[in-house]
Amino acid sequence: MSIFLNQDSKIIVQGITGGEGTKHTARMLAAGANVVGGVNARKAGTTVSHKDASGADVELPVFASVGEAMEATGANVSVAFVPPAFSKDAGFEAIDAGIELLVIITEGIPVQDSAAIWAHATEKGNATRIIGPNCPGIISPGESLAGIIPANITQKGRLGLVSKSGTLTYQMMYELRDLGFTTAIGIGGDPVIGTTHIDALAAFEADPETEAIVMIGEIGGDAEERAAEFIKANVTKPVVGYVAGFTAPEGKTMGHAGAIVSGSSGTAQAKKEALEAAGVKVGKTPSETAQLMRDLLA
Amino acid sequence: MDLFEYQARDLFEKHGVPVLRAQVADTPERAQAAAEALGGGTVVVKSQVKIGGRGKAGGVKLAHDPAEAKEKAEEILGLDIKGHITKKVMIAEGADIAEEYYFSILLDRANRTYLAMCSKEGGVDIETLAEERPEELARVAVSPLTGIDAAKAQEIVAAAGFEGDVASKIAVVLQKLWTVFDAEDATLVEVNPLVSTASGDIIALDGKVSLDENAEFRHEDHADLQDIDAEDPLELKAKKLGLNYVKLDGEVGVIGNGAGLVMSTLDVVAYAGEDHGGVKPANFLDIGGGASAEVMANGLDVILGDEQVKSVFVNVFGGITACDAVANGIVNALEILGDQASKPLVVRLDGNNVEEGRAILEQAGHPLVTLTDTMDGGADKAAELAAAN
Repeated sequence: MSIFLNQDSKIIVQGITGGEGTKHTARMLAAGANVVGGVNARKAGTTVSHKDASGADVELPVFASVGEAMEATGANVSVAFVPPAFSKDAGFEAIDAGIELLVIITEGIPVQDSAAIWAHATEKGNATRIIGPNCPGIISPGESLAGIIPANITQKGRLGLVSKSGTLTYQMMYELRDLGFTTAIGIGGDPVIGTTHIDALAAFEADPETEAIVMIGEIGGDAEERAAEFIKANVTKPVVGYVAGFTAPEGKTMGHAGAIVSGSSGTAQAKKEALEAAGVKVGKTPSETAQLMRDLLA
Repeated sequence: MDLFEYQARDLFEKHGVPVLRAQVADTPERAQAAAEALGGGTVVVKSQVKIGGRGKAGGVKLAHDPAEAKEKAEEILGLDIKGHITKKVMIAEGADIAEEYYFSILLDRANRTYLAMCSKEGGVDIETLAEERPEELARVAVSPLTGIDAAKAQEIVAAAGFEGDVASKIAVVLQKLWTVFDAEDATLVEVNPLVSTASGDIIALDGKVSLDENAEFRHEDHADLQDIDAEDPLELKAKKLGLNYVKLDGEVGVIGNGAGLVMSTLDVVAYAGEDHGGVKPANFLDIGGGASAEVMANGLDVILGDEQVKSVFVNVFGGITACDAVANGIVNALEILGDQASKPLVVRLDGNNVEEGRAILEQAGHPLVTLTDTMDGGADKAAELAAAN
């Protein structure tokens, strides 16, 4: 089984007519995802042409709002490729429509907007699961893809993966492609994100087909430390971890807006120690981490 | 982006937070003129550095007249405070301080909301206070949707133990400080100390503000707040080219795609360096998903502009952009750079179309390029080359 996203997921794309929206709608369809339409208020009533996984032509309808798209198509997942200035409105719209899963790919959203999106979702009873922003999305190989994760670097299998980073997710999916994945989630590198390491760990723990979990963290905040506490108390499946940013200097943002060591907090060393104290084997490099996982399942 | 005190003061003033009159000066003469402009009476001369502990380091001094302000500015300008050299001083009016308090509002990452902190004990190191007497520091969650309105402000001051007239006065100031936080897209607004004067006024005496760089698109004026003098020239150059670059102190230049992978690459290079005379990564450079020839050329140009760099490790995972496109990017970038590309390049490609990518680089046969199969092997080779050069 997969978590959060499966073969029955019906996906719409917010910003389906834009450059990124067009490119990744095509890629999602090619990966076998059931993309059923999109949203752009100014182009409502038109369609966009794509090809599905079998190469057949498909015309996807463009709707004025997430609510209309859901009503017409039965969509339960939205992937947002909306520029930073409009992402807050797009997020509120999807939450108000009550979509089950909202994946916000956009990088560069002001953190106050992300905080507002989260607060709004909370006010609505957290009926909408949010992944991101500033993330590559989620893939359940062989079933569906909501986001920009390359679909052809791995296969369906036994592992669950949760990571703050996009390319490190890809790297790990590729290194462990022999074991394969139930679901891989890139939760994003911003200071405020929707789905956390803990949410994904809990879902993987509950998923009967996920045998072991890879958790990738990086400097900044204390999400990994809290995840370690959670693992200690709640996760019975083996977890292998990796943390990036041991050499990051204090006070410098390393690419991701959330990746910053402030004073003595948010260091990679502290995260590694917390994970190890929770019984997680932590690799020194991505390759060593992959090997630790192989050894565990051998 | 962290602001200087005088910049925070200006933002406070803009949003109606009570502050003292003040001017900034970068020479002793200008400090004197500023003191005269402020009425010629007692002023405080304060070092403008983005680090705490200025007072103890001799960076804050009282001057009773403009001539003395000039003298004090002479002492403070150029002063090294924990590695931060004073280039500007703020000349502020003196205040008749009765009591000192503390207030801040900041992004609470863990709870995905905002946190207001307030205390009747200000002017002290707040982290020490939080540790030693946490009961003296009120912590109140603030919703991003409603912020600090009158009711929330009352809640905060009551939690901090303020009563009566002073509580009401501070509550009004807190709402204005919320406006600063909200309207300027801040991630931190801190006032330490927030003071009450002998005549009962509440004044934000010293402020610290951090602004969200992701929000710059709706704050054109924030670009002017950037401290260009303090920026590393290579970082500035990279920023102009739209590259995500951080200068470090090492010998192995690093280029990769994706922030996490680049951070990881730095670590792997540092480990490899332990076996090669302790060479270290020279920089963080994330060229993002595209990895076009132009971006690759710009990236190499910036990295090779760092004289400390002895070798470069290009570590790319071909996901959406496949390895053949990245390989073509590298080949074309080396053509664009010509003789400027003078340091050995270790390239590790993995992921989509990796065979095609490697074939392109092998066929090009550039004398500076070494191909490796793995990230760990590439880091080791790059460290070895850096140590040998």
